[in-house]
Amino acid sequence: MSTDSDLKPVINESGIEVKPLYTAEDVEMSGGIEMVGNPGEYPFTRGIHPDMYRKRPWTMRQYTGFANAKKTNERFKYLIANGQTGLNVAFDLPTQIGLDTDDPMAVGEVGRVGMAVDTLRDFEIAFDGIDLEKITVSLTINGAAAVLIAMYLAMAEKRGYDITKLRGTAQNDILKEFIGRGTWIFPVEPSVRLVCDTIEYCANNAPKYTPVSVCGYHIRESGADPAEEMAYAFCIAKAYTDGALERGLDIDEFAGRLSFNFNIYGNIFEQVAKFRAGRGLWAKIMKEEYNAQNPRSMWLRMIAGGGGNGLYAEQPEVNIMRGAYYALIGALGGAQTMALCCYDEAYTIPSEFAQRLSLRTMQLLAEESGLCDTVDPLAGSYYVETMTNQMRQRMEEIIAEVDAQGGIIKQVSEGAIQSRVSARAYDTQRKILSGEIRKVGVNCYQIEEEDEHEPEYHPYDEVATQKQIDSMNAVKAERNPADVERTLARVKDDAEAGENVMPAIMNAVKAYATVGEITRKLTEVYGDYQEPIRF
Amino acid sequence: MKSNIRVLIAKPGLDGHDQGAKVVVRALMDAGFEVIYTGLRQSPEAVARIAMEEDVDVIGLSSMAGSHIQFCRRLKELLEENKLTDKLWIIGGNIPKRGYEELKALGLDGIFPTGTHFEEITDFINENVT
Repeated sequence: MSTDSDLKPVINESGIEVKPLYTAEDVEMSGGIEMVGNPGEYPFTRGIHPDMYRKRPWTMRQYTGFANAKKTNERFKYLIANGQTGLNVAFDLPTQIGLDTDDPMAVGEVGRVGMAVDTLRDFEIAFDGIDLEKITVSLTINGAAAVLIAMYLAMAEKRGYDITKLRGTAQNDILKEFIGRGTWIFPVEPSVRLVCDTIEYCANNAPKYTPVSVCGYHIRESGADPAEEMAYAFCIAKAYTDGALERGLDIDEFAGRLSFNFNIYGNIFEQVAKFRAGRGLWAKIMKEEYNAQNPRSMWLRMIAGGGGNGLYAEQPEVNIMRGAYYALIGALGGAQTMALCCYDEAYTIPSEFAQRLSLRTMQLLAEESGLCDTVDPLAGSYYVETMTNQMRQRMEEIIAEVDAQGGIIKQVSEGAIQSRVSARAYDTQRKILSGEIRKVGVNCYQIEEEDEHEPEYHPYDEVATQKQIDSMNAVKAERNPADVERTLARVKDDAEAGENVMPAIMNAVKAYATVGEITRKLTEVYGDYQEPIRF
Repeated sequence: MKSNIRVLIAKPGLDGHDQGAKVVVRALMDAGFEVIYTGLRQSPEAVARIAMEEDVDVIGLSSMAGSHIQFCRRLKELLEENKLTDKLWIIGGNIPKRGYEELKALGLDGIFPTGTHFEEITDFINENVT
């Protein structure tokens, strides 16, 4: 055993010192194995299902969408034909913040980073020919989530699906949008109320649908460390839970339909420990703080995403290897669903080729590499169990800090979390620039600029805007103006009365009201968000 | 070299990726500049207006989602209309090389892609603001 005191200390990103060697004593000192348990049983540290991937591999759900519904539908079918098992829809920025394609602020943005959606017609086209029972759909939508969830349910209903049995997910985590990602629309308080409207509406009408996927992912992308990522996500999930309980729902009526979205990039063992620790901690919070009875309510169901912040523009091919390690972490961490950012994403919307490579990366782990054979294979490692205990303790400390300072809604409204996260991003970036944190091909092992090659660009269709405006106008010409006016008026009335606005939005969507029209009605009541600028 | 250089950092368009913008704001503040950060979702009109109102020396844009060229085309017109073309105009973020020529032709003085050292930005500002 080495006792060389000259060894350089290693502190992981979450601030925990990493020893050169771990023994049974470290596990004991860090809290023992009390929280390990068995997979499929409380506290679920080892996995939410007893057989995990042995029964079914993780769902492979690449984030996809560009231009319009028709082009996106073609890409969906391409990915499904290549073995993808779920869809994860990217919307363009105007859609994400509730603007129609012809809005002056939408110039140059229509169809750029995702598909453009104006009316229910776009949803009908996007999911045409896709079996919504076999392929579950995740909508990456937040600010405009209430409207797009309504569109999804209305589209499914129109196609004859029983929405009481329909599965699917909406991201719909607005609190993290104020911290990172930035597709907020309304002020914090009514935004949270809208999330609770969707939880309540789905609990009563679409009980298999997952109305919220709470995201640590983007908080991490914005600079948070892995322990903060998960701790802040739990604070957010608790805020939605409290809101839903205030509506009179029972915890077990909705907690099982909350899901999570976490990032994977970073140190393999720290990340795996994060996922294991998080599962145990969330189960404990649900059981002890919320008195949940149904084990499903205690599950940390999650999508793990190979995060863009871990990928670099320099020597972009290296990102292919990074993606492979991220997928390995996701599988060792016990994620239900996985998505990988593509190697070309620092440059462009992923090409078909890059998407296929990411999909193949996950398939390679599932099919060739034995990752599905045994549940939680790193359990029992002195290192991983110690780190799991330490990560859980770190998360508990962060949650206690947020609670002591007035809770996540207050801290987000004041910009305090945003400031803390961006200070950490600055610190990390300084360490990358100084070489203290090493990034292969970025600050070490660089190559000459002329040897770098940029990936092929996904072309931005400059005429797409006009085409999308034309198709929106065609839908507007066909719809019944009286229905539109009546249903939109009800959206506003219900918002003013403090009613759950989801039934009214469902009716407006079915009358082919646009995303922008519905959002404007809500803005008239809720107002606009003013970003706190705080450093 | 001018003292008390005032720098505007703006997030153009609808792009919500503000990690880089905020990191650069912090770096510029640490380097002694006076920094005005706009927050997200600024129109070209808003950027030109704030640049005038705040009497800045530098107009900096941070773009990650690819719509910067369209934005800069419109901002160029507004900078000309409002006689702001003497300001140092810079951009950073995810800026593909194939757009550099057009950006320079539009009047961008400096382009700082992701991974740029902070000193490169601060030196550039110090050397070029007169």
